[in-house]
Amino acid sequence: MFDIKRFLTRTKGRNRLDITDILTYLYLFAGIIVMFGPVLWLVMSSFKTQAALIEFPPKFLPYALETIEVEGYDEPLPLYRVTLEDGKEKVLAQVRRVGIEAQLIDPEKPDEIIKVPIDQREEVRKIKLAWNNYIEPLSRFNFLTYLKNSIIITTIATFITLLINSMAAFALSKYQFKGRDAIFVIIIATLLIPISVILVPVFLVITGIGWNNNLWGVIIPGAATPTGVFLLRQYMLTIPDELIDAARIDGASEWRIYAQVILPLAGPALAVLAIFSVMWRWNDFLWPLIVLSRSEVFTLQVGLNAFQGDLQTQWHFILAMTVITLLPITIVFAFLQRFITTGIATTGMKG
Amino acid sequence: MQEGESKAEKSVRVKRNSKGISGNIFTSLFDLAINLTDIIMAPIQKVIGANRMAYVFLLPNLLIFGIFVITPMIMNFFYSMTGGTELFLSDREFVGLKNFQILLECENHLDPNTCNQDLFWRAVYNTIVFVVLQVGGMVIISMLTALILNRNIKGRGFFRSVFFYPVLLSPVVVALIWKWILQREGLLNALITYMGGEKVLFLLDANWATGWVIFVSIWAQMGFFTLILLAGLQAIPAELYEAGEIDGAGSLQSFMFITLPLWTQTLFVVFVLSLIRAVQVFDQVFVLTGGGPGTATHYLVQYIYNTAFANQIPRRGLAAAASIVMGGVLFILTMLQLRLGREKEAA
Repeated sequence: MFDIKRFLTRTKGRNRLDITDILTYLYLFAGIIVMFGPVLWLVMSSFKTQAALIEFPPKFLPYALETIEVEGYDEPLPLYRVTLEDGKEKVLAQVRRVGIEAQLIDPEKPDEIIKVPIDQREEVRKIKLAWNNYIEPLSRFNFLTYLKNSIIITTIATFITLLINSMAAFALSKYQFKGRDAIFVIIIATLLIPISVILVPVFLVITGIGWNNNLWGVIIPGAATPTGVFLLRQYMLTIPDELIDAARIDGASEWRIYAQVILPLAGPALAVLAIFSVMWRWNDFLWPLIVLSRSEVFTLQVGLNAFQGDLQTQWHFILAMTVITLLPITIVFAFLQRFITTGIATTGMKG
Repeated sequence: MQEGESKAEKSVRVKRNSKGISGNIFTSLFDLAINLTDIIMAPIQKVIGANRMAYVFLLPNLLIFGIFVITPMIMNFFYSMTGGTELFLSDREFVGLKNFQILLECENHLDPNTCNQDLFWRAVYNTIVFVVLQVGGMVIISMLTALILNRNIKGRGFFRSVFFYPVLLSPVVVALIWKWILQREGLLNALITYMGGEKVLFLLDANWATGWVIFVSIWAQMGFFTLILLAGLQAIPAELYEAGEIDGAGSLQSFMFITLPLWTQTLFVVFVLSLIRAVQVFDQVFVLTGGGPGTATHYLVQYIYNTAFANQIPRRGLAAAASIVMGGVLFILTMLQLRLGREKEAA
């Protein structure tokens, strides 16, 4: 007993539990609730039936009415706990409700209808996950198409981003040529031009190329990122030039040196850029919103936004689709969080 | 020499074997791709020479930057000086600075109702309010969180991730999470009625909506700034604190005279970065409130987006003019950041 108390009140260095220590942990635990709570609430809500969602006040866990199949009725009937006139409690299935009177039957004796005022019955509930929220949008809406488009864009764009940015970084870090520094400055300077400033003319360029409602119109413009070039260049500068010279003596072409000497050695930097690229692409909204206007080419983010405008009453679908949308990023984060947080702390970059 | 080579070859082979069959397929596919591309690349190198291959490596990147960033940047200026509803620049009529005139035309600049483009001025004022409150709140909360995470706490890595997690969520997801909580029958109203209060229509009241839009964007971004501030704190050498302790400095004194002065540069960078981002506020708000109620959360980027794309009759010249005005503000802020960053490096 004494040990537990000592364990709980243990502090670092000092012997007494400082008021600032208490405040620190209070702040941190409040932080958990404020930061994780809303996401947890979303996940819980996404498993509730439509009826449970409009219930007020809401329950934390996804409860659903228990139902039973009774012969002679097509639909499963909801179960209610009823106090009968003789004081006995019984679980009955409700057939229909007329005004303030409910007509119920005993599942074992389905022929006899018992009439009870609605305030004398109570719903029988149990925790049940409404998987239907997840399954139905897959077949009813274009949801699978959005998912497919998002996956295609994220994969191809990340591949192209890694390829062309590492090529540029290789040129900028390992060659002496005219205009090198100027080109590097121009590339970094494009950081100063956020997409929201050049929305109109970029749209014009995309239309000119004929990439409206085309996934390439989303993939290509963002594939060359100044942050990516910068990150990879800084990393490649640390790779010794002797390796390149040795490969040249062996007769390797420059392209082979890039692909077979530099790329494998730049692995860690490529991994960081890959993680970032996946997150940028998966979460991208403003750009796809402008390029894609037909629903068959929507990405998840754009589709989700369109949904929440169109189906304001169908929150059970919206919530489930939101969970699917945040799931990949959450999984990536759970496994690679150390990578991501240290990567951001050192480069200060974000989409 | 020969022996060394064969050893290296052996180790490569062992490495490949340990990767298993899938690894083998992957590496041989990779090799195949290199061999195929080298069929094109090797002759190019023969013609232009090894050193000029650098231009070939740079080409895809420069093409994309040129077509999708630099050309549009220049085009934006011309675009802002044209009118009409045509999309392509050559079909549009030249109107000079008329778009800027329309945009800036007001009887009284402090009252948006007297302006030709009253929505633009409302967006300007809304954005100013948003920027002041959001950046202020963000910097204070991020500072506090970074200071707390920098203390000797157990599970720092975990708590750092807790605050960082929302940064990774997409703006659409963030907006929907909070829309669900803030709606009339949502979690927050349930808590309020539980404690005996009245339901509040958070997103249908102008002041509440503004407040929540600010709160949600702080919620979504503070982890990022906390991380940068924390890195700044951890860069302060521990010896300084030890020396301060020996000199008898209390915790408040060591904060005032050691932490703050050495933290200022990082603080400024965070301040300007969050400022640049706050001016461009759009996507979260667009999904959360759609700019409403009325025009309460109608911000600059949404004005540009609506004017150019969403409205029945797009006025793209006007939108380009508005984006140049905004770009000017952002340019000044970025220059400020770069100068501070350079000073930081020099320091």
